[in-house]
Amino acid sequence: MIERLINIDRRLIFVLVAMAVTIPLLARFNLPVRTTKEVENIYNKINSLPKNSHILIAFDYDPASKEELQPMAEALLHHCYRNDIKVVGMTLNPGGTGLAVRAIEDIGKEYGKTKGADFVFLGYKTGVELVMINMGENIFSAFPQDFHGNATIDLPVLNGVDSLEDFDYVVDLASGSSIEAWIAFGKEKYGFDFGAGCTAVIGPDMYPFMQSEQLNGLMSGLKGAAEYETLIERESSAVAGMSPQSVVHVLVVLFVLFGNAMYFLSRKKR
Amino acid sequence: MNFFKRTVPLFIAFTMGVMMAFQYYVPHEMSQSLLKIVSRWGITIGGFAVFLGAYSLFHLHLTKIKRKLSGWGYSIFVFFGAGITIIFGLYNGGEFFWNDKQEGTMFEWIYFNVQVPAGATMFSILAFFMASAAYRTFKARTNEATILLIAAIIVMLGRVPIGTMISQYIPVAADWIMSVPNMAAKRGILIGVSIGAIATSLKIIFGIERAYLGGGD
Repeated sequence: MIERLINIDRRLIFVLVAMAVTIPLLARFNLPVRTTKEVENIYNKINSLPKNSHILIAFDYDPASKEELQPMAEALLHHCYRNDIKVVGMTLNPGGTGLAVRAIEDIGKEYGKTKGADFVFLGYKTGVELVMINMGENIFSAFPQDFHGNATIDLPVLNGVDSLEDFDYVVDLASGSSIEAWIAFGKEKYGFDFGAGCTAVIGPDMYPFMQSEQLNGLMSGLKGAAEYETLIERESSAVAGMSPQSVVHVLVVLFVLFGNAMYFLSRKKR
Repeated sequence: MNFFKRTVPLFIAFTMGVMMAFQYYVPHEMSQSLLKIVSRWGITIGGFAVFLGAYSLFHLHLTKIKRKLSGWGYSIFVFFGAGITIIFGLYNGGEFFWNDKQEGTMFEWIYFNVQVPAGATMFSILAFFMASAAYRTFKARTNEATILLIAAIIVMLGRVPIGTMISQYIPVAADWIMSVPNMAAKRGILIGVSIGAIATSLKIIFGIERAYLGGGD
């Protein structure tokens, strides 16, 4: 019996996980989200920026990590537009262009912002570190045209911005190793204030950069996005996602405890 | 031939490596314009990697189809998907590729209705495998494994709102694990990786590491 429970059919586990995700979504209950200092730092930094400041958001993710990073991007954009901050978007991931342009432009329109004057999406450029260095030297050289083919030199949104040094804040939303690259080839070289958002898997890797103050703030996973939504008082998909995520986490903990109990019982039996 | 295959690349690697290392510490105008030129060159060369990647992908799947290797049927979908996407990308809503990007095109439809849901599905499947793997393999077999297991449970509960509802100390403990033992370990790994990267860079600059030239030496 114990052996059978240890080697339980994985399909049963899959069914339980599926139920743990769908039932909280259908029941629609929201859990209170406690905010952390790491996320509050990004929120406070954006609040401290005067009107018409420039923020660069790097959408360095693709559809595979959209569920965690798109809510972060949307919450961040709502906050920036609400505070009349000029938004400049770009991506180092070719798969991220569609998600980025939709978020920047759709949310911008919600706040009555004008493309080219209040926000711009520069698009994708290959080269990662080299793009950062090139942007640090001259942003118009790195991106002569925006995503829609307009000459960047003519865009009012970029008035007062020549290089990375001129941005009041830079945020990288990453599903890969781009945060480290932004620190080494961007922040350290050109000295801008830098915050980041990343998938929950990458989150633990970023803590040394927090203590060294190379990152001023960090949003990690869907929880980070939910915290940001709570801070800007605009609860959306990330906060809604906290209930299924909570139930699945509890379920996995129960699986681990049950699996260990069975393991020790089987050892005792032998 | 050996001169062009070996000596010239080694000379370029040495010269550029030394120059770029010096450049980092010299804020002179000449140095800055060199960096600008080199980074633009790098971006241009990087663009060619896309063609190499596409060639490699198509070559691999064409070979699979030709040799009828296992799962060769899936390879047909690679050509089918890539072909359709490229055609609609170039067609650009009837304006063709030399015009600005058009909105509401078939290319955009494919992106939002095929690539985005497919990518999200791939990512979400992880939850099922992780739950199954946690049940089967995460056992307290040794003292170290027990510590890891306890830490994992605290962090898992502490990173979701339900943790606060169980006990207000769980998120505090999770934060401590993340910002003290986790950070110490990550910092150690980071320092090790960075020293390794510096050593490899020096080996490439001085021609000790030649794997990038091909031939396995």
